[in-house]
Amino acid sequence: MSNQQTSFAKLFVHTFKRDLVLAFRRKSELVNPLIFFLIVVTLFPIGVSPEPQFLAELAPGLLWVAALLSTLLSMESLFKADFDDGSLEQLLLSPQPLFMVVLAKVSAHWLMSGLALTLVAPVLAVMLFLPAEGMPGLMLSLLLGTPTLSLIGAIGAALTVGLRRGGVLISLLVLPLYIPVLIFGSSAVQAAITGLPLGGYFALLGALLALALALAPLATGAALRISVSG
Amino acid sequence: MAVKWLPRWFFQLASPRWCYQITGMLIPWFAVVSITLVVLGTIWGLAFAPADYQQGNSFRIIYLHVPAAILAQSFYMLMALAGAIGLIWKMKVADMVAKSVAPIGASLAVLALLTGAIWGKPTWGSWWVWDARLTSMLVLLFLYLGVIALNSAIESETTAGQATAVLSLVGLVNIPIIKYSVEWWNTLHQPASFKLTEKPAMPPEMWVPLLVMVIGFYTLFGLALMLRLRNEILQRERRASWVRDLLSVKA
Repeated sequence: MSNQQTSFAKLFVHTFKRDLVLAFRRKSELVNPLIFFLIVVTLFPIGVSPEPQFLAELAPGLLWVAALLSTLLSMESLFKADFDDGSLEQLLLSPQPLFMVVLAKVSAHWLMSGLALTLVAPVLAVMLFLPAEGMPGLMLSLLLGTPTLSLIGAIGAALTVGLRRGGVLISLLVLPLYIPVLIFGSSAVQAAITGLPLGGYFALLGALLALALALAPLATGAALRISVSG
Repeated sequence: MAVKWLPRWFFQLASPRWCYQITGMLIPWFAVVSITLVVLGTIWGLAFAPADYQQGNSFRIIYLHVPAAILAQSFYMLMALAGAIGLIWKMKVADMVAKSVAPIGASLAVLALLTGAIWGKPTWGSWWVWDARLTSMLVLLFLYLGVIALNSAIESETTAGQATAVLSLVGLVNIPIIKYSVEWWNTLHQPASFKLTEKPAMPPEMWVPLLVMVIGFYTLFGLALMLRLRNEILQRERRASWVRDLLSVKA
């Protein structure tokens, strides 16, 4: 039993490290979602109105939508490189549970996309005149919400990995599933601004994360097997 | 066989050939029942049911709207269930059912949204309101569209069936979460003036025709499903000898 547990942990750590190393060797791909985040947020003051009061009202939802879109954009690359060079097939053939492999890959991916977005978000929030009281709500809701986004996005990425043009399709599949996270995330920021208690929002985001952690890797694993064998 | 209490024809449904024959026998019955019920329910609902004391005659669109909305939801469940059966027991017919259900469910969701918008214009004064029910129906339509898009993007029929099944199961888990989160979001953002959406307790003269329409819609779209399914069976089994025999006899 303990032997098996250590091997699970090892499997996780190895896959995690491998993905991190690979990601850092292609730094431009790492930065692209962040630049996308920045550009989308910049578009709104230009396209709608640069007035501080208006932007402050728009900021919680806008930051969340932009974070959601840039997570989605980065999802496509989650299994693509592994699929192209055949290492995904090796991972599927290994006797280790796919659940752990998927979990490790998604965690590494989240570190690059979701966590990075969370850290960049305050800068953009200042540019959008988000009141300072909203800042902790924004950071914490992104911290709790983006892992769920990555986990759900992984299902879409796994379903479309074998297709030549999966880019638009993956957003079609995944965006409707993102709606609950968006609702609770942006509501948390709004509540933080108005000074309402935040505990409930974080509890709900945490519940969504727990559910996604338990179920999404299973669905992703099944989807990967289907995509690769098909 | 582990389950002995189920009739034999139930197991035969798993074979495309028998499924084709059994649905062929059921179709006339479904046609008669569905047409009777839908015609009866429509005339009853539109002409004889009493007008609503607040909304007047505009409420009568519920005789189209409510059945469409109910069916759109239950067809999604049917799709996910059929997908799961296809995924677990590798049943071809279940895959075909899941594939044939998707466009019907999507068009029912569109019908529910359209009738909702038409009803909303005189009642709320605008075609679209971000009401909780309308929004979750819209999300349901998006889920259907995602399933259809994925199915048509994958060339291999078996792979497409399996991938769609996984997606619709993920959607099934999410539907209650989406529904409740949207409702919750709505109560946060909307003023309470739209409480009209909550149906008043209806007198029997109003809900009996509605019930007739709901059952009529179930049989009617069950019929549509069977017709689509039979096409799908013929198309996928076109290389089987029984399909060739069938087609050559007719030709």
